Amino acid sequence: MEYVIEMLNIRKEFPGIVANDDITVQLKKGEIHALLGENGAGKSTLMNVLFGLYQPEKGEIRVKGKKVSITNPNIANDLGIGMVHQHFMLVEPFTVTQNIILGNEPTKKGKIDIKKAEKEVQEISDKYGLKVDASAKISDISVGMQQRVEILKTLYRGADVLIFDEPTAVLTPQEIHELIEIMQSLIAEGKSIILITHKLKEIMQVCDRCTVIRKGKGIGTVDVADTSVSKLASLMVGRDVVFKTEKKPAEPKETVFKIENLVVKDSRKVSMVKGLDLEIRAGEIVGIAGVDGNGQSELVEAITGLRKSESGSITLKNKNIKNLSPRKVTESGIGHIPQDRHKYGLVLDYPVGANIVLQTYYKKPYSKASILDYKEIYKKAKEIIEEYDVRTPSEFTKARALSGGNQQKAIIGRELDRSPELLIAAQPTRGLDVGAIEFIHKRLIEERDKGRAVLLVSFELDEILDVSDRIAVMFDGKIVSTMKPEETNEHELGLLMAGSKASGAGESHDKE
Amino acid sequence: MTKSNKLFTILIPIISVLLGLIAGAIIMLISGYNPILGYTALWNGAFGDAFTMGETVRRITPLLLTGLAVAFAFRTGLFNIGAEGQVIVGWLAAVWVGLAIDAPMIIHLPLAILASLAAGALWGFIPGLLKAKLGVHEVIVTIMMNYIALYSVNEIIRNVLTEQETTTDAISPSASLASEWLQGLTYFSRMHYGILIALFAAVTMWFIIQRTTIGYELKAVGFNQHASKYAGMNVSKNIILSMVISGAFAGLAGAMEGLGTYGTISIMSGFTNLGFDGIAVALLGANNAFGVILAAILFGVLKEGAGQMPTGAGVPTELVDIIIALIIFFVASSYIIRWILLRFKKEGK
Repeated sequence: MEYVIEMLNIRKEFPGIVANDDITVQLKKGEIHALLGENGAGKSTLMNVLFGLYQPEKGEIRVKGKKVSITNPNIANDLGIGMVHQHFMLVEPFTVTQNIILGNEPTKKGKIDIKKAEKEVQEISDKYGLKVDASAKISDISVGMQQRVEILKTLYRGADVLIFDEPTAVLTPQEIHELIEIMQSLIAEGKSIILITHKLKEIMQVCDRCTVIRKGKGIGTVDVADTSVSKLASLMVGRDVVFKTEKKPAEPKETVFKIENLVVKDSRKVSMVKGLDLEIRAGEIVGIAGVDGNGQSELVEAITGLRKSESGSITLKNKNIKNLSPRKVTESGIGHIPQDRHKYGLVLDYPVGANIVLQTYYKKPYSKASILDYKEIYKKAKEIIEEYDVRTPSEFTKARALSGGNQQKAIIGRELDRSPELLIAAQPTRGLDVGAIEFIHKRLIEERDKGRAVLLVSFELDEILDVSDRIAVMFDGKIVSTMKPEETNEHELGLLMAGSKASGAGESHDKE
Repeated sequence: MTKSNKLFTILIPIISVLLGLIAGAIIMLISGYNPILGYTALWNGAFGDAFTMGETVRRITPLLLTGLAVAFAFRTGLFNIGAEGQVIVGWLAAVWVGLAIDAPMIIHLPLAILASLAAGALWGFIPGLLKAKLGVHEVIVTIMMNYIALYSVNEIIRNVLTEQETTTDAISPSASLASEWLQGLTYFSRMHYGILIALFAAVTMWFIIQRTTIGYELKAVGFNQHASKYAGMNVSKNIILSMVISGAFAGLAGAMEGLGTYGTISIMSGFTNLGFDGIAVALLGANNAFGVILAAILFGVLKEGAGQMPTGAGVPTELVDIIIALIIFFVASSYIIRWILLRFKKEGK
């Protein structure tokens, strides 16, 4: 058999845990091979072993049938292994070419020969149909383009095997489509690809075979042609998974939340929200679909008081909440699951218990006359930990020590416990695995069924289509179209998100 | 894990100090002095008799307070290098009230102490305000505030409190912390009641940080300003408050000198170093109130005992300073010691 890469019975231990236990992955020449597993299953560890960042305790790695010992990333590079990282490693003020040659610059008489390098980069880009402008500045090109620069970088260094780490997390549906085309043209040119992902649909679409990892153990390798999304999911999680979130039709009541002609500027004083209108009724989930950077973050920050609004109005139950302090906004009945849970949602160095009272610590019974009552605080924390299934050694454990999914559950527990009139959930499932996503979606729908208003902001179209009762597409600081999820599809949404004119179906719902 | 972590936090400072002492011994050997004689002199200088013990306690008192000051700001993520200036203005304020007012002790002494607190707090408020409202880095402002304090206070002593003298009159006994009983006990050392105030301040810091909503907010702001803002805390207010409380602790250290040890204030040719040593005390005490007590004791002992080394063992004062600096160096590089300890543990398994 012609395997380009073989990782046989790999075992990697860290103090106290076995991250990889007897995992075997064999990559055939010219195939796209998926590496599937939940967060924390050990995918990244395994790839770091292949990339020379970790040394395995047991097992061997073979490249083209020859046993090799990869003790550092340079050796991996020399063996033709390249990695396209999830978080791009690019220098923003540099051009594409400057980024690509960074680390092994071609020189002529001691000066960097940028002309020659630019020509080479452009040639590779054209060969694989990447459509990258070699002289463009990184800060001027889109996220999708930046990812292609990462691909170019590995190709420039002569990679035959490309590892893609969650490549679609930051892309629009159209960009994902283009990425798949690029992958296929790479294969056509004789490259081989390992795709790290937990998105099952993508695997079904592009991969030839799939190796599943669960809790550090290799579960096995399957031919994608012989499997299905639900089979893959149960292999990954170890139990059956419900995909379509079950929910009754919404029973929306009166309008509780209203935004009119809102204008918000970002910290560079550029308008990001440009005269936006939005209404949410009690008992419905409104999902905002849009590509990152179209004003969603500024909108959420303006509602929650973290950012000043320039003009327009925001009302909750007919009371003005525009430009109130975050505390006043919270007290007026808004719950906020922030987009960046590490930056905003938690004080990571505080125990879970202290994080549970982050907005209520100054109130009874958690404190009296400015003196904290830890007994009450930890009692509450214990309640929430139990009710929201937060897996933590105890309520005294630092929030930092929890996995992403459990941190998010703690935040959701905290926000829902105040039973807010309006719950804002910004990217509530980003980076989480199937099990946690299922749980969070269920909670959002429960909240709706209790007659609360929910605003969901997400870059994942599946999530928007699945959970929302009404979809509002946001583009360039405005809601360009609103519609019911059953009246649209991913393709139409993708076009609207990219700024094309609204189709007839969307338009009719635009003005309610 | 947590149990061994706790052991580590105790073990690391102890090993640091031991390593510092060993390094000091090596330096003494190289320079041709007997380290055993040297350290004996140090020990006697700190604990030799009742008098030196009293003087050691007296030395510890202001260090404990400046250590608390720096540690308090650290907990909010602020680096208060201005404890030095806050000590000087606190010292002046306490002596001024001690000189200017005639009142029974029960009013006069608390008033003088309050004056030092207020002066230190003001000296912390200015950099806090600049940091919170304009984003000016507190390190730069506090360093400048130190110089403003030093030279303004000298000016006031020379032209306002005295007529071109270098030292003020002694404060009235009703504002003094000095104690005949403690002096009698320690063979007329300058030990005073201030140590009780300093210990009380340590408990106060622990209480504010651990038990109150103020401490909860201050620490949250120190750990993560974004999350604090998200949670509805006023980040600017907390930054200012932290610097004010920190400054008040340092100002109180000035009162210890003004009302306790000296009873006067003199023109200074340079900084007292109490504030700067406070940084090291806070670091050594891991910014924790009780850690600061232990660190201040160690520092006080070293500083007081070192005074005996030139006369007792012929070790020059410069070398003594080097040895103390080495100990601080090893404490500051405790990361290395932690790393080595982990190495040993791993191999032991």
